[in-house]
Amino acid sequence: MANLRDHMGRPVVAVTGIGVVTSLGVGKKDNWAALTSGKSGIHPITRFPVDHLNTRISGMVDFLDSSSKGASHLTYELAETAAQEAVSEAGLDAGDFGGPLFLASPPVELDWHDRFSLYNSDKKDAGAERLLRVARGLKELDVFDTTQFGTIADRLADRFGTRGLPITLSTACASGATAIQLGVEAIRRGECDKALSIGADGSATAEALIRFSLLSALSTHNDIPEKASKPFSKDRDGFVLAEGSGALVLESLEAALARGATVLGILRGCGEKADDFHRTRSKPDGSPAIAAVRAALADAGLSEDEIDYVNAHGTSTPENDKMEHLSLSTVFGERIGSMPISSNKSMIGHTLSAAGAVEAAFSLLTMRESVIPPTINYDNPDPAIVLDVVPNKKRNTEVRSVLSNSFGFGGQNTCLVMAREPV
Amino acid sequence: MRKIKKSPDPQKPSMSNPHDVVITGIGLVSSLGEGPDAHWQKLTQPGLEPVLEATRFAPYTIHPLPEIDWNLQIAKRGDQRQMETWQRLGTYVAGLALDDAGIKGNDELCATMDMVVAAGGGERDEAVDAAILAASEARNDRDVLLNEKLTTELRPTLFLAQLSNLLAGNISIVHKVTGSSRTFMGEEGAGVSAVETAAARIRSGQSTHVLVGGAFQTAHSDMLLGYELAGYLHRGPWKPVWQRQGAEGGGVVTGSGGAFLVLEQRQHAQSRGRKIYAELGPVASGRARRRRGELNGEIAALLQQAVLPGGELLTISGASGAHAATAAEKAVLDANPALAVRAFSTLTGHMKEAQFPFAVALAALAVDRKAAYPVFDATVEKTFAGAPTSVLATAIGYHQFEGLGLIKAA
Repeated sequence: MANLRDHMGRPVVAVTGIGVVTSLGVGKKDNWAALTSGKSGIHPITRFPVDHLNTRISGMVDFLDSSSKGASHLTYELAETAAQEAVSEAGLDAGDFGGPLFLASPPVELDWHDRFSLYNSDKKDAGAERLLRVARGLKELDVFDTTQFGTIADRLADRFGTRGLPITLSTACASGATAIQLGVEAIRRGECDKALSIGADGSATAEALIRFSLLSALSTHNDIPEKASKPFSKDRDGFVLAEGSGALVLESLEAALARGATVLGILRGCGEKADDFHRTRSKPDGSPAIAAVRAALADAGLSEDEIDYVNAHGTSTPENDKMEHLSLSTVFGERIGSMPISSNKSMIGHTLSAAGAVEAAFSLLTMRESVIPPTINYDNPDPAIVLDVVPNKKRNTEVRSVLSNSFGFGGQNTCLVMAREPV
Repeated sequence: MRKIKKSPDPQKPSMSNPHDVVITGIGLVSSLGEGPDAHWQKLTQPGLEPVLEATRFAPYTIHPLPEIDWNLQIAKRGDQRQMETWQRLGTYVAGLALDDAGIKGNDELCATMDMVVAAGGGERDEAVDAAILAASEARNDRDVLLNEKLTTELRPTLFLAQLSNLLAGNISIVHKVTGSSRTFMGEEGAGVSAVETAAARIRSGQSTHVLVGGAFQTAHSDMLLGYELAGYLHRGPWKPVWQRQGAEGGGVVTGSGGAFLVLEQRQHAQSRGRKIYAELGPVASGRARRRRGELNGEIAALLQQAVLPGGELLTISGASGAHAATAAEKAVLDANPALAVRAFSTLTGHMKEAQFPFAVALAALAVDRKAAYPVFDATVEKTFAGAPTSVLATAIGYHQFEGLGLIKAA
């Protein structure tokens, strides 16, 4: 009989449903098949013209109904699709979930297509004055809804019958992990016995791409798109902007067992630490990332040698991969050269607000399937980063526990520790 | 979950639990000035006139920011330059709260302090946007136009001044708050959830001290557009919050400002000998499906959850003026004759994500000063005599999400 309380006397949190969408496809089956065969979802951008752009590739999700309808609609559909898969797998009522919703999603803005269409619907006056005048004459709320930060969660709450005021959050590229952390904490505090945590990001607009590009964050290896994302390689030159979603049904182990649900994994620990060094760069000594990893291990009640595999943040930017290597080697010491550490982003790109949730989903599948997805495009190892990145080919091996890292602009560092079995 | 122990002092039944959430720091900025003292002094003046800016964004009136010397809370010019006004404002107000709680500059307390910020987005470059829109009148290849202009005219670091979580990021950089950093989004509801989550962390022993709050900078056309795409803004001559039904426009008058609170575990605050403004009692939040007419019932249910004490109760309302939401709130509050309501947006304007933290701050001040605010609108609000020992704070979203909390004598 498994322990229902953890080492700190809190309810153990189980995962009973997993959903995922990336540029590799909809659902766990297609994603897992592609991911374990080393297939890349990175492709040339077709959603908008690429004239004047230095980066012309991405991991956009181009195959959903909302793929061309703007960030708000696509983010909603990504979230809904992943959540539907997770809630169905959990065997729960998809219209009456009955627990809180935590949504990691990108900040919203009025879409440029709407801005153009509002502006050009009239000829009087100019600039913001015209926009405001046209805006107040609108008869429908469609455009308004896309500009409210709470809209997507509100729609999801209606759709899935989640309980209470839904929380929409952003911790930049750590958002997906934070959504899971908030769900874990709510269950541990006894506020609920289940929670729906979703990370979704469909915000790969031209402006988003240009903004990251102006910060020199994106790869410009446009010629062979599937080769552009190459975490831990010497010639890595930035991340590849991507879209996707991941959803987990979190449940107290006690509630999950009581209703006879299949336990897909255990969310053992979460750790975080903010960095006060710089808006986009990490403290050179890696101390905040190190502290976040250690906090997650302590929260999980596991020591360094009890982690079998690291699902790296591994963005393929020169800065991140160097810092992640530094922090992992500080925490894991000598063992770092021999423990498997791979980056899903080599295949799916960086799904930003969704990344932590997508990668938690893949981490759980890694344990269940006893297969580690590779880091592809590892043809030119960075000699300064000596890691077993599971290069280019999947590895069949038992994995009992995973550390998943998420680091973001604004000094955000969040780490999750997951286990295959309860103890 | 919260545990309530019997108190040895029957006069103060809420005083005994070391895990209570107390308020030990308040940072405030609005058109009325900055800091708790200035706000108390202004808001207790009977018949105070609001500070208004009626021409710059006509036909909309706003409550503008007061004069602020950013250097007082953001020492490095380099840091100031990396932010636009919204982030500067939030970072400044957070600094005021940290100062007030005696935490600013204390490396150990800052490094272990958790943070939950309620945020929208930062300011876009209005000139670049206007130029693109103007050019779009003569071009059919608007997507190409966009690429052309944005790649050449956007300031690279402006993105960071727009990112929602970078207000928290700047607070970490400037004030060294690094225990944890979370940003909640979703208008007034984000402010409610931020306070509610911070309090739950303290009650469960996850946190000992948390910085929580938000800021809103309305003097930017996009910030007005966020309301006006649904026609929410009041137009024409200014009126108090409760008197905008039937007037031109949608009833909301916005204001720039912010509110940050230092929430602390009672024992933690006592052990470092800090002044406690008030205790933060129950916080309740909800999501009425308003199109189904659930709002009145939801507000009434939240009042039940807050377990209101008997007798007359001062109520700091965050009502926005938005016609439907404000009418619903008024109807439910009016149905409880014990509530003496003060809608502070009459004097500060609506501050979106900061609305609930601001309401909680004003409630805590009244409890601490043992006095009520005079009526902000003599035609609707009723007088409150005596010293409030509990004060209710509300934030009913102009469009969605609701919350309220009960603030009690320390």
